Amino acid sequence: MAITSIKNLKEFSTANDRFEGSHLLCPGCAHSMIVRELMNATDDNLVIASNTGCLEVSTAVYPYTSWDTSWIHIGFENAATAAACAESMFKARKRKGTLPNPDAPVKFVAFGGDGSTYDIGFQWLSGAMERGHDFTYICLDNENYANTGGQRSSATPVGAHTSTAQAGTHSYGKTQRKKDIVSIMAAHGAPYVAQLAPNKWKSMAKGFQKALETEGPCFINTVSACTTEWKFDPKDTINVTDLATDSLMFPIYEIINGHELNILYRPKNVIPVEDYLGAQGRYKHLFKPEYRHVIDMIQKEVDEKWELLQRREEARV
Amino acid sequence: MSTGVLGTEKRGIRELGAEEKVGWDEVTRGVVLDSFEGDATDIVHKKAEERNYSDFNSYTATVASWRIIKPVYNRDICIDCQNCWVWCPDTSIISRDKQMLGIDYDHCKGCGVCVEVCPTNPKSLLMYSEATDNDEALAGWPQKEKKEKK
Ligand code: SF4
Ligand code: SF4
Repeated sequence: MAITSIKNLKEFSTANDRFEGSHLLCPGCAHSMIVRELMNATDDNLVIASNTGCLEVSTAVYPYTSWDTSWIHIGFENAATAAACAESMFKARKRKGTLPNPDAPVKFVAFGGDGSTYDIGFQWLSGAMERGHDFTYICLDNENYANTGGQRSSATPVGAHTSTAQAGTHSYGKTQRKKDIVSIMAAHGAPYVAQLAPNKWKSMAKGFQKALETEGPCFINTVSACTTEWKFDPKDTINVTDLATDSLMFPIYEIINGHELNILYRPKNVIPVEDYLGAQGRYKHLFKPEYRHVIDMIQKEVDEKWELLQRREEARV
Repeated sequence: MSTGVLGTEKRGIRELGAEEKVGWDEVTRGVVLDSFEGDATDIVHKKAEERNYSDFNSYTATVASWRIIKPVYNRDICIDCQNCWVWCPDTSIISRDKQMLGIDYDHCKGCGVCVEVCPTNPKSLLMYSEATDNDEALAGWPQKEKKEKK
């Protein structure tokens, strides 16, 4: 595959963007940072499927499209299915010799938000992973249904306020844990699974390239800071993402062939989760005395998860 | 010969409309917006100004009216690190041949991310009100901030 040089940012910046401006995502939205980076990481033709979510509704508002590649718009549960079907069709036609341009390099990619990935399209995603299609599924994880008014999803973390898990006198927001989608996808035995973040552009571009190059189903969960529902100033998207990766709320790591775990970013100074939580309106209530214990609980879980990741990396099992 | 919508001549083949019969591996186009006029095979090697965008491409639209503040770019201080390029969510940093050239004000929404990630001192990008004249902004550019000695 033709990959773009990501040796340094200057080289990377010679890539010609294939995700155009004047899409209708919110100012400062991390979705488009992630999509741009995926598309800039390769020279190959891309067939991309997006299911219902912010990305889909904002990038193809008739009469406009922001996609300079083949792009399929599909229902809430079906990004993985559409990409898998396109991939199967491509393979079959290649075998039958009915492709007009059989040697053109093509990669198949699906984008879904956390609503469609963790919840609504979960079964279809699992099916496509199990069938082993040669595609890459990228989840843009902003931890809520941001497109429909910020309802909780199974990606929403403990303690976050959402429109359907509200914080107030009797509740500290969502009480249930975030689903560990990365482990679930790795458990499918997928050749490449990772969690990446746009502030660490190089590890993200490398991860994207690895996934595109790898034959078989790959899954990447990306942290997509949401200025509207996480409630921070649009200019701070990268700053908040820095806090997310440096507090280890979002550890950056990959799992190869379902077991070989590599940590891709180790913060020099790990900051307390409090700093990350405090930068967002959705966690504001946790700083009241009656809910302080939730912050301690979150910190404890983050520490435990980091310990687990390190041990797994060491054990190579 | 019509076999009806669900009639099949052979397994997997279904009639769509009066004339077209397609198999599962031949899907009809449905509703398609073409991003380019004519041949688009080598688009990845073409810069925006070399491309033949169709009227459906959002590149031809503008979101300038979303902005109440705008980034102003100061070439004299810029070190072409490309931080602003990689993190602009609206493909609005114009970089060519490893050089930052300026802001695409048709597509910039004024989020301010580029200013936050600009590493120079003073910054090479700063936010001003939309009504500010760029030359005036450049004339009054802040000086280097001295780090206070502790
Ligand atoms: S203000 Fe936002 S949209 Fe405009 S150039 Fe800077 S990063 Fe891009
Ligand atoms: S971030 Fe600042 S220094 Fe770097 S290229 Fe952009 S304007 Fe220049």
